[in-house]
Amino acid sequence: MPSADEIYEKVRDTLVDALGVDDDEVTPKATLIGDLGAESIDFLDIVFRLEKNFDIKIPRGELFPENLATADSGFVADGKVTTDGLAQLRTKMPHADIDSFAKDPVVAKLSGLFTVDMICKFVAARLK
Amino acid sequence: MRWYWIDKFIEFESGKRAKSVKNVSLAEEHLHDHFPGFPVMPGSLMIEGMAQTGGILLGEHFKFEYNVILAKVPKVTFHSWACPGDQLIYTADLQDAKPEGGSVTVTAKVGDRLVADAEIVFVHLNSSDPQLSRIDQKNFVFRMNLLDILTVGKAGSGEQPAAS
Repeated sequence: MPSADEIYEKVRDTLVDALGVDDDEVTPKATLIGDLGAESIDFLDIVFRLEKNFDIKIPRGELFPENLATADSGFVADGKVTTDGLAQLRTKMPHADIDSFAKDPVVAKLSGLFTVDMICKFVAARLK
Repeated sequence: MRWYWIDKFIEFESGKRAKSVKNVSLAEEHLHDHFPGFPVMPGSLMIEGMAQTGGILLGEHFKFEYNVILAKVPKVTFHSWACPGDQLIYTADLQDAKPEGGSVTVTAKVGDRLVADAEIVFVHLNSSDPQLSRIDQKNFVFRMNLLDILTVGKAGSGEQPAAS
């Protein structure tokens, strides 16, 4: 089992390759979409690279769940994720920082859950 | 002009590797503008040929169940160029193949000379996907009868049949 630092370095290299960013742009708190400019297509590329670099399998939707809190999910009211929705997020994304998001759970900020740190934690859990 | 950027397959190993040929010809209109007095195959069209080779390799792996769409070119390097009369050989190796998409690495060579190499990522969309109609048709790897390329060669080699 590699150390947390080793995992972080590999995740950073993966994102540098997939997103064409500089390695100093990749920090644990950096968000994939907001800070690193990832688009939806990039998520599939990132998954392919993580699988190869760490020799793990990542089933569809496990690292990057799809259709999170869409309008018809029943988990959104007045542009905010409801309490039930937050519980759902905790189940679907156990490695994301839901606590910080829950302080102001506006749907527009959902993409901020996808951070470098979330990927590192996900990979660490997979390698156990 | 029809959107075929490969002429035929010369090797096809299902789920692994495909090799195709693109014969560059001075009859192609765009070569007279790219560039006047120095006709070379545009890099963008070489990417298209590499994507058609890799996309059909991926599509065939899933028995053409999905619409294969060129999604992303994470890396491409042009080392050289191809002129009229050159025969480009695209060799695609399947790297990933999942229900949601796949990826290939491809090289383009003229003889032993490496002209370009690339990584290409594809996504799959089902015909029922509402997003399908919003996508530029040019991004489809199979539409416009591109699969005809798989049947090229079935007409035979053109050699005279042996006299009976």
